[in-house]
Amino acid sequence: MSQIGSSRKFQMDRMNPFHTISTWLSFPFIWLTKLFLNAIGIVLDRIQGWIGVDRMGYVFVLPNLLIFGTFVLFPMLLNFYYAFTGGTNIFLDDRPFVGVDNFKILLDCADYLNPNTCQEDLFWRSFYNTFGFVIYQVIATVIFSLITAMALNQKIILRGFFRSVFFYPVLLSPVVVGLIWKWILQRRGVLNAILIAFGIEAIEFTTNADWMRFWVIFISTWAQMGFYTLILLAGLQSIPSELYEAGQMDGAGKLDSFRKITLPLLMPTMFVVLVLSLIRAVQVFDQVFVLTGGGPGTATHYMVQYIYRTAFSNQARFFGLAAAASVVLGVILFAFTMFQLWLGQRSEAA
Amino acid sequence: MRKMFVLLSILAVLVMVAPLAAQDAVELRIAWYNDGVEGDVLRDLLDRFEAENPDIKVVVDTVAYQVILDNLPLQLEAGEGPDMARITNLGGLSKYFLDISPYVDAEYWNNSFGATLAWTRPSTDDGDGIYGMMTQLTITGPYVNKTLFEQAGVELPGEGATWDDWVAATTAVAEATGTPYAIAIDRSGHRMAGPAVSLGGTFFNEETGHVNLVDDAGYRAAAEMVLGWHEAEITPREIWVGTQGTYAAAIDQFVNGELVMYMSGSWQVNNMVTRVADAFDWIVVPNPCGPAACTGLPGGAALAGIADTEYPEQVARVMDYLASEEVYSEFSARTLFIPAHSGVAAAGVDFQTDNADAKAAIETFTAQVGVLADTAIALQGYAFNSVIWRETPNRLEQVIVGEITLDEAIAFVQADLDAAIAAAGQ
Repeated sequence: MSQIGSSRKFQMDRMNPFHTISTWLSFPFIWLTKLFLNAIGIVLDRIQGWIGVDRMGYVFVLPNLLIFGTFVLFPMLLNFYYAFTGGTNIFLDDRPFVGVDNFKILLDCADYLNPNTCQEDLFWRSFYNTFGFVIYQVIATVIFSLITAMALNQKIILRGFFRSVFFYPVLLSPVVVGLIWKWILQRRGVLNAILIAFGIEAIEFTTNADWMRFWVIFISTWAQMGFYTLILLAGLQSIPSELYEAGQMDGAGKLDSFRKITLPLLMPTMFVVLVLSLIRAVQVFDQVFVLTGGGPGTATHYMVQYIYRTAFSNQARFFGLAAAASVVLGVILFAFTMFQLWLGQRSEAA
Repeated sequence: MRKMFVLLSILAVLVMVAPLAAQDAVELRIAWYNDGVEGDVLRDLLDRFEAENPDIKVVVDTVAYQVILDNLPLQLEAGEGPDMARITNLGGLSKYFLDISPYVDAEYWNNSFGATLAWTRPSTDDGDGIYGMMTQLTITGPYVNKTLFEQAGVELPGEGATWDDWVAATTAVAEATGTPYAIAIDRSGHRMAGPAVSLGGTFFNEETGHVNLVDDAGYRAAAEMVLGWHEAEITPREIWVGTQGTYAAAIDQFVNGELVMYMSGSWQVNNMVTRVADAFDWIVVPNPCGPAACTGLPGGAALAGIADTEYPEQVARVMDYLASEEVYSEFSARTLFIPAHSGVAAAGVDFQTDNADAKAAIETFTAQVGVLADTAIALQGYAFNSVIWRETPNRLEQVIVGEITLDEAIAFVQADLDAAIAAAGQ
């Protein structure tokens, strides 16, 4: 009966004019796909003939390796070489080799704790600003992501809706986030309009260094925590509920369960969040650049902005100095990552 | 199957290449920014050019001024720039410009733009090359909200009034009318340079030929004046603070009636006409005086061909058309820009506006050209002036928020200037 039914359906589909048109329209696509796959097949057959089936794995990873090499490895090596050249010309042929002079300029300070005594004061201001930003932003991100993840792991009404709400800012472009918050925070912005409506005097957020340091951390945390919440939520859901039930039977309270069950079992996921958020925090640029331009003064001027400004925004473009700063930033990131890996391995061993 | 594949590949390549081969007209691109309506006027003029010259199509890529400052130099350095560009950093970018003298009537160009041709000429040229034309001359100067003065019953300071006189008068007006701000200046070292020269700035070291800011009393006095406005809270803080690394104008505050006096320049006239409209009466007043002078700073934007273009002859034809007396005169008349073309200036421009304030403003600005101090003119032609224009507000912003002292700020600007000079091998 079912065969008769499906056969009749097929007959009816064939009579359907839309089915006929779509079949005809899809024909060239199918044909071209077959042609393309055949062409690839011919090429791969040849290659396999030359190098043997055992080495075909290299051929399959080659496209990805080429992309990685072209867009990551090659620029990294190029940047490294630029760091040892001087002048303002962009092409390597026109750039003299200056050895470690760029690093000497960056590190030339009478007092490392006072950027005003440094030859490249902005580099050191950016360094200290980035350091402060990383500490506050990463701690805030991890804590708020954890709290949010734990809240969203409960059986609450509209749980799906709230999960979406917390994730939506992640989908926004950093430039959009920066612009929206600029409109909110400026002198005649939304926030001041609300303050005035409640009889509170307007605050010049965008020209006050302390306020903007706070807002930059707040906005970055708000924009990114959805992503880390999702990772932590997955970690929380992987903890077997039996452990909590066993804990309850042994008389453990909620705080005990959190300290003795949730936190230890979530630690590997927490490390992932910590590493990712830390790397991202050190690289902070686009959102803050749109929001504050690095100001007021240089209060929110971070390392990547220093690199951008030195290489592309200053009237005299010192690509070598910027490349040297990039190398320093890379070394810092590498050291951070290694330290965290070491911590992670140590905690696993314990 | 393999033959079919090869045939289809050839067919596909032919299909892609055929339309390209069919295109006869040469496409030229201009990187352009707007202060007012000049982009629309240019498009209008180019449409006429294209109708008369079907072999050339000109695409105007309108970008933000910041793109011209930040991105265009990189494009030019990489050899990926447009065919022509409207630029203000004349000395800094002149090494990338195209010499169009082989393609145009050099005598006409020398007679028409003689005095300003040197501004776009690279240091390597022997003095005969033609590299660009000033689309307009500009001069810095202050706009005043006359209605606020009338409402406050305060006399407008007259000819020869000093900066102190103006600060006192505008502060009195702001207090009397409840206007938030008395005075403002665009966030630019260029805008600050006129007052600096008036206050005694000599800038140049006669021995080296380069600028020395550290010992310049006028530069320091102008910086102290701007810092004093911030300290007294008579200027909108958001113009100089919180805008690191960028140019910021106080035009919004002025057209919104929040500001009594606005130090900017002649390029803002059209903005005043269109944005202020009938909201209030405004005037341009002569540059306030200091002990040394009562000067603004000259300047302007130039349209230059780019040396890397594939079509130098066609670029020259477009520029020659825009430089023709009739076309240039129309451009000036419709944009309300002061002409840099001596023939057009001599014949007089019938500026297309019914706005009496605008006509009076252009007359005042034009009269200011005659009282420019020599140092101000020399600064405009200085190859490294853009470093001073850009770094001065960046460092003064740091002083305003208390990160560094004025002495340190001046030393840092001088260090940036010295580094740029050294990098250029001069």
